[in-house]
Amino acid sequence: MKVPILRLKDILLTSIQIDLTDEDALEFQSDVLRNINETEAKGIVIDITALDVVDSYMARMLNETATMVQILGADVVICGMQPSVALTLVEMGRELIDVKTALNLEQGFEMIQHITENRGR
Amino acid sequence: MTEITGVIALQSDVVQARQAAREMAKNLGFGSADQTRLATAISELTRNVIQYADQGRYTITDKSDNGRIKVQVVVEDNGPGILDITKALEYGYSTGAGLGAGLPGTRRLVHRFTIESKPGQTRITVAMIKKISHS
Repeated sequence: MKVPILRLKDILLTSIQIDLTDEDALEFQSDVLRNINETEAKGIVIDITALDVVDSYMARMLNETATMVQILGADVVICGMQPSVALTLVEMGRELIDVKTALNLEQGFEMIQHITENRGR
Repeated sequence: MTEITGVIALQSDVVQARQAAREMAKNLGFGSADQTRLATAISELTRNVIQYADQGRYTITDKSDNGRIKVQVVVEDNGPGILDITKALEYGYSTGAGLGAGLPGTRRLVHRFTIESKPGQTRITVAMIKKISHS
């Protein structure tokens, strides 16, 4: 199942709208990396508003994706986490999510623009 | 008494099991935090089955009685079993490729948590409980 990744100038936008299997999640990860590489985007916003479960596997996948994107030379903001998901993640283990986050897509987009504009200064 | 059972063999079964658990919790009247806690717990437990035992089963049961609502989930398999349960419940410990957050994390999410394990038979039972307030 494909998660669409859109490009807006030098920023990529993607929204996970379906409940991903582990395999889907890995495919999404490699899609993100390939898209960053091909489009030479400076950053990506990953919207997870529709995700109602982020378990330890998904959390690790999101963290690793962010790290990989950063190694490539771009930035990541994850936005739209449901309050009950945030609560569950903290209860499970504090360090499960170690990524820049924003409340919603609008704030996430502003944040990534700010981060990429201030890069290398 | 409502009961849902399912086989755990494919990755899509993990998704199905956590959605079924959430649905049952929702229908019984649990709030969104408890629904998410339970769905996340079931996601961890069923993934463990695939990872360590190849396949297994889950049973989601409405165990509500007078004065409280209760949803119980049993996840069982006939895999090698958990050799050292104490260690398996330590945060950061894993015999596989995982983070070691799954089992100890799951225990923190649910109100009841029991492991019975020997070679060839592992059964983990979790439950969420909520008192019914008469207002």
